Amino acid sequence: MAFNYDKYLRLEKMPTLWCWGCGDGVILKAFVRAIDKLGINKDDVCVVSGIGCSGRFSSYVDFNTVHTTHGRTVAFATGIKLVHPDKYVICVAGDGDALAIGGNHTIHGCRRNIDITMIIINNFIYGLTNSQTSPTTPKGMWTVSQKAGNIDPTFDTCNLAIAAGASFVARESMLDAKKLEKVFIKAIEHRGFACLDVLSNCHINLGRKNKMASAMENLEWIDRITTPKKKYDALSPEEQLNMFPTGILKEDTTADEYCDMYAEIIKVHQGQRKTISQDDFAKKI
Amino acid sequence: MATREVISTGNELSALAARDAGCRFFGGYPITPSSEVMHEMSDLMPAVGGTCIQMEDEIAGVAAAIGAGMAGVRTMTATSGPGISLKAENLGLAQMAEVPLVVVNVMRGGPSTGLPTRVSQGDVAQAKNPSHGDYKSITLCAGSLAECYTETVRAFNLADRFMQPVFVLLDETIGHMHGKAMLPTEEEVANGIVPRKSFDGAPEDYRPYECEHDQPAVLNPMFKGYRYHFTGLHHDAKGFPTEEIETCRKLIQRLEDKVELHKDEIEYNEEFFVDDAEILIIAYGSVSLAAKEAIRHLRAEGIKAGLFRPITLWPSPQDRMRELGAKIPKVLVVELNIGQYRDEVQRSTGRLDIDGLFKVNGRPISPYEIVSKVKEL
Repeated sequence: MAFNYDKYLRLEKMPTLWCWGCGDGVILKAFVRAIDKLGINKDDVCVVSGIGCSGRFSSYVDFNTVHTTHGRTVAFATGIKLVHPDKYVICVAGDGDALAIGGNHTIHGCRRNIDITMIIINNFIYGLTNSQTSPTTPKGMWTVSQKAGNIDPTFDTCNLAIAAGASFVARESMLDAKKLEKVFIKAIEHRGFACLDVLSNCHINLGRKNKMASAMENLEWIDRITTPKKKYDALSPEEQLNMFPTGILKEDTTADEYCDMYAEIIKVHQGQRKTISQDDFAKKI
Repeated sequence: MATREVISTGNELSALAARDAGCRFFGGYPITPSSEVMHEMSDLMPAVGGTCIQMEDEIAGVAAAIGAGMAGVRTMTATSGPGISLKAENLGLAQMAEVPLVVVNVMRGGPSTGLPTRVSQGDVAQAKNPSHGDYKSITLCAGSLAECYTETVRAFNLADRFMQPVFVLLDETIGHMHGKAMLPTEEEVANGIVPRKSFDGAPEDYRPYECEHDQPAVLNPMFKGYRYHFTGLHHDAKGFPTEEIETCRKLIQRLEDKVELHKDEIEYNEEFFVDDAEILIIAYGSVSLAAKEAIRHLRAEGIKAGLFRPITLWPSPQDRMRELGAKIPKVLVVELNIGQYRDEVQRSTGRLDIDGLFKVNGRPISPYEIVSKVKEL
């Protein structure tokens, strides 16, 4: 039987404001299926979104939802999570949201390893505001703010998240909704900061001026620039240069989670344990 | 009123007040001269099962605090002028989404980095409109060590009553002042807590933002079965984005009116030798301590001076200032800025002959300076 999404959607908000052929809907559906497969009660989930096309994600799903300011999802989510460490807090942000204006919060969310799942919908462009360069826009592409061609170097979202200390880092694209659903399940189950680089299409505002004006052309491009991590690792450095590895790129189940550590702080202040010291940590510096 | 005697600083008393008022979350970032508030909260919060987190920047500090407020607990941040400038956008979100929050601002010299370790009252105008758009700020200003405590407690109750951020302005002098203060007991503060309203009907009947034209939203804590939406966009009764003309107009008018039409619940002033005054000094915060001392000297010399001290700066006590301005010939506003509150006194009294004694070099105003100025009038 086909999956019934109605239980998880705010049907009165449909249709979405996303363009025809946009990948955001595929990602939303995969997320909803992941929550359903995990058997999580809707009341126990909080979805926090930022500004941009992805910002509307939170208003379409029937959970506790917060539409915050541009780039600040992780900061708001940190407050919510620390008050309710036992609940599921999910951030949904765009590439501009998570890596430009909100880059600092993304880095420090990863560093704290707080138990938040961060879904970065990466369409390589500012879509809602009509084609400005984002931190992931490939060099040489046309953007409305760099009509002579983008010269700004790009972020590799996953390398950034790994370097910053996130304990679960993965990349998938909306091309394979089943894989996406699986990685969402793993990320939500993971105790710690899970950073997901989810590649999506914006044929309207990225593709139109970059020779991929249809959704299919944009998706074919995403297909060409992605390959599973195993295959990626076997490539030569030259071949790797223009490819993104997909799949789970880091999974560390031993890293200290921030809410768990804060529970130890509470114990110290309530006289239930001695002060935390360097001896409590394997990695001290 | 049962009282207790403590020896402490203004910043520390504001943190103690937060704990006693039921605050269970603090999000902040180090900044002089307010950091001691966070230092205190880092001990006080976990001791009562709450959380104090030092975030990566000022923006994240207030965002985490607002997130905790959305989740349902009493929440606070503390900073100084540069921090308020950075937090401004998210303070606007809290105004728009009606999330209660207490913001302590220990004022230092500005603009920009200004005079980080020195006193100022330069953020009074900023406190009225820190963020873009229309809303009505509530701003309290402590004029003594004890008020660093009592005004912070009052701020928490007002934040829950009006469902919005409430500023507590301290200044460097009062924040770092160390001395004895008589405080209400913890029990008395606990008994005075009026928590925010909540809705306990069926979730399908819940309309968090559908309220009387002069009342705040009724926001239930998260994760309790009432799944609604917070947004900084114009929103409808359930919190969802809308551009419907009447809904947009009503929302912004309500944000104004919920405060404007209930100013009597917020206004709080002190009057000192005002009844027979021929010269009225208007001062607030630490400056009012110097003003009181000056008035004692002036009275000893037979000069009938009195003090009007707004403790709630915004919304301003405009009716009372108009009454006093109509009967007292000479009015002098003394403040550590170039007339930020004098503008409001002029507006309220309808008089353009309001005198000012202003200082913006990072030093306090002494009683002697006030005495000299009054004698020149």
